[in-house]
Amino acid sequence: MQFGIFTVGDVTPDPTTGRAPTEAERVKSLITIALKAEEVGLDVFAQGQHHNPPFVVSSPTTTLGYIAAKTEKLVLSTSTTLITTTDPVKIAEDFATLQHVADGRVDLMMGRGNTGPVYPWFGKDIRDGIPLAVENYQLLRRLWREDVVNWEGQFRTPLQGFTSTPRPLDGVPPFVWHGSIRSPQIAEQAAYYGDGFFHNHIFWPPEHTERMVEFYRRRFEHYGHGSADQAIVGLGGQVFMRKNSQDAVREFRPYFDHAPVYGGGPSLEEFTSQTPLTVGSPEQVIERTLGFRDYVGDYQRQLFLIDHAGLPLKTVLEQLDILGEEVVPVLRREFAALKPAHVPDAPTHASLVAAAGGGHASTVHAADDVTGRTVETVARA
Amino acid sequence: MTTRTIAVVSAGLSDPSSTRLLADRLAAATVEALRARGEDATVEVVELRGHARDLADNLTSGFANEPLQAAIDTVVGADGLIAVTPVFSASYSGLFKTFFDVLDKESLTGKPVLLGATAGTPRHSLVVEHAMRPLLAYLRAVVAPTGVFAATEDWAGGGVDRSLAGRIDRAAGELAGLVTGRPAATRPADPFADPTTSFEELLKGR
Repeated sequence: MQFGIFTVGDVTPDPTTGRAPTEAERVKSLITIALKAEEVGLDVFAQGQHHNPPFVVSSPTTTLGYIAAKTEKLVLSTSTTLITTTDPVKIAEDFATLQHVADGRVDLMMGRGNTGPVYPWFGKDIRDGIPLAVENYQLLRRLWREDVVNWEGQFRTPLQGFTSTPRPLDGVPPFVWHGSIRSPQIAEQAAYYGDGFFHNHIFWPPEHTERMVEFYRRRFEHYGHGSADQAIVGLGGQVFMRKNSQDAVREFRPYFDHAPVYGGGPSLEEFTSQTPLTVGSPEQVIERTLGFRDYVGDYQRQLFLIDHAGLPLKTVLEQLDILGEEVVPVLRREFAALKPAHVPDAPTHASLVAAAGGGHASTVHAADDVTGRTVETVARA
Repeated sequence: MTTRTIAVVSAGLSDPSSTRLLADRLAAATVEALRARGEDATVEVVELRGHARDLADNLTSGFANEPLQAAIDTVVGADGLIAVTPVFSASYSGLFKTFFDVLDKESLTGKPVLLGATAGTPRHSLVVEHAMRPLLAYLRAVVAPTGVFAATEDWAGGGVDRSLAGRIDRAAGELAGLVTGRPAATRPADPFADPTTSFEELLKGR
């Protein structure tokens, strides 16, 4: 099982000091956090994509590319990549490039984005969210799998004889997860392709997660990718830990009370009882997290949100130390002991290459207008 | 004998409130009217005051907590709904509106509904028609033609005056007629049922 962290890259004032980090500080802090994640033995760092303040994550592969160069093992992922408003051609290019830069330590999580005003900035309409996700992702798959694409759809300029470069590393596209809180259509999409399904699993009661995952598993089996319990499931979760749980609650409360997504509504105590948010000791986080398996089954990836709502970098790094030293080793052991042998691990570049029967050189050369050879004939040669 | 469920939503704030008083009168009259049509009925009352914080929490968190979800399920699953609000600032109260704000907008489609309102002065009597009825029309509920408004003077003199009693009976008869004319309430479609449109269909031409 993979463990990691995911960030939305928000610039939020620290409510205890009133000070917000500068954009420069926040961008750098994402990198520091990712490097620390590898240092403490986590497997995955996932970064969001936003195109409006207060976020600094409009260009994910820039940051992830730098992190790739500074790490050895960390899998770089997204939380999420906006499949609705980002040109699929750009996603295909950016993440194939990142695959080469990172020697394959790359996967992606597709999301629609729920910020209405963002869509028109990219010439889109939030009411088309699902059709955009369906069309754009189908095109993205073809761009990675077919050397030359002729394509016409509803939302984008047609493509004639288009080759997305560079081609995916070893001819194997990155693994894709689809994230959605409550749209069965997206779970259906993940099941149809045999891709992973990720539920962010924060802010809402776990019953929502349970229903979505159950649906995805059932449909994964329906489409013939394996039995329902072999479907590839990822969960989010939000934690704040101190050795003594009262200390954790006391320290986290001002951040909770002022967080744009939490403040003004249910209390911290209500939120921790009604949703998977866990504020307490490392032991409490271990127990709660192991309990996720009771309603989603054996799953492949657990990501924690830890750098949210203005928490200072120093605190976030301390949280990573606790995760790496006290929490994840126990979770790794316990989950592994519970997982039946027929339940697969999350796909990696190495496992996908092996499943494809080995990597193949995938470079596509330009058409030669002297000899009349086309890209197709060169690719075949 | 068929047994119907009638949900009552009351946004009264005091105990006893004239809003709850009117709601109870409407509920009792509706049960009577259903009996006269050969149908039994049970009444389930949702006092919104008890969910005031739950509703505010739902606005910020985006989900209903357990007690509020139970109240929503009661209303959505009922064969008929009686909804009564006090008049605040010339309209339904904010508490009343918030309950309807957090409902899924499809969840009352086709639901027989009887509307009532109370106020300190008869000059608010058109609130049922000008505020409540458009709200329920938006939700595609089937609203009984008679809405019942009761001002302080309707309760005065130690008893309900004849015209209020008459309006209650007429309205209850209308609601009973709407309820008996329909099959027993069905749950809204399960969004997690197997899709009726195949994914290949969605991909066509893409």
